[in-house]
Amino acid sequence: MEKLIRTNALAALLAVAGFSAPLMAGSEDVVIEGAWSRAAIGVNRPGAAYMTVRNTGDAPVTLTGLETPLAVMPEIHETSTNAEGVSSMAPAGKITIAPGDSIELAPGGLHAMLMQLQEPMTEGETFVLTLEFSDGGEVTAEVPILGIASRGPEG
Amino acid sequence: MQRRQVFRYGAAGVGALGLTLLVGWWREDGPGAPEPTGQRPLSLSAMDFRLTDHDGNDVGPQTLIGRPSMVFFGFTYCPDVCPTTLSDISGWLDELGEEAKRMNVVFITVDPERDTVDAMAEYVGYFHQAIRGWTGPEQQIARAIDGFRATYEKVAADGDYYTMNHTASVFLFDAKGQFVTMIDYHEPREFAVPKIRRALKEETTGAT
Repeated sequence: MEKLIRTNALAALLAVAGFSAPLMAGSEDVVIEGAWSRAAIGVNRPGAAYMTVRNTGDAPVTLTGLETPLAVMPEIHETSTNAEGVSSMAPAGKITIAPGDSIELAPGGLHAMLMQLQEPMTEGETFVLTLEFSDGGEVTAEVPILGIASRGPEG
Repeated sequence: MQRRQVFRYGAAGVGALGLTLLVGWWREDGPGAPEPTGQRPLSLSAMDFRLTDHDGNDVGPQTLIGRPSMVFFGFTYCPDVCPTTLSDISGWLDELGEEAKRMNVVFITVDPERDTVDAMAEYVGYFHQAIRGWTGPEQQIARAIDGFRATYEKVAADGDYYTMNHTASVFLFDAKGQFVTMIDYHEPREFAVPKIRRALKEETTGAT
């Protein structure tokens, strides 16, 4: 009986190893640093979250989407300002991060846009944001909510 | 007969050419010409629009004359650029300290549909207390935008959601309402604060 359990455990372990190795190509080496977001008034205004996404592995990784219980439609967006000083915002699509490289989600550029909030983003609270990668892997971050007027974790 | 016909065609040709030239002039140089982009904003005294500030007061460009002014456009449903601009401005005002009290600082919404007086009041309350929020009928917002030679555009997104593209620069005027300069989005603070000081200084130059 004990042997049977051990065999099962071993089989499960092998199965996990066997399946996860080809599926996960790189995203397990992704590290999220300095995540933060701004509080929002009510639930009708979209929120924004910022962070550095670093690929510490040897293979390129592609960020394909976001998931969070906080918002129905979280999406990576990019703000751009043209020569006439006009700012616009559009979905950034898939973003590939080269080995050893990182992308910066920062005010005025790339950001995690949190649309259709399920609950208000209140200063002092945190929420869970999951980054989804093309290899099927996911990386989750706990994002602190700072004040509306905040410029980042340093003030 | 043949000659007359040639003359007729000739006259028609000249007429058509004249019309083409007239249409061309109208479109390119005449009243039908598109507004050239990148123009200097008008002086505040030459602008004409009526809005309401976040305390419910009637305001317009004339309200700003007499003190140096810092004016910018945005909307409160903007998750990235606008809070960043407002917090940058709050930082500049903190750095200016007492000097900032001699300035008008105005945030004009380009999204009056969602940015009511109350929405503006709640929003500006999170930033530096010198910042005033102005809103009003769409047609008046359009007149303000026109005076500043700025642009805005409503962009539909998924479902009921929409966003606004808009000029993100901060406009500086002296106490007489003359345009001094603008601070572009992303401009480092070490450039922004001296530019504001220049607008403040032109007030004293103007007074003497």
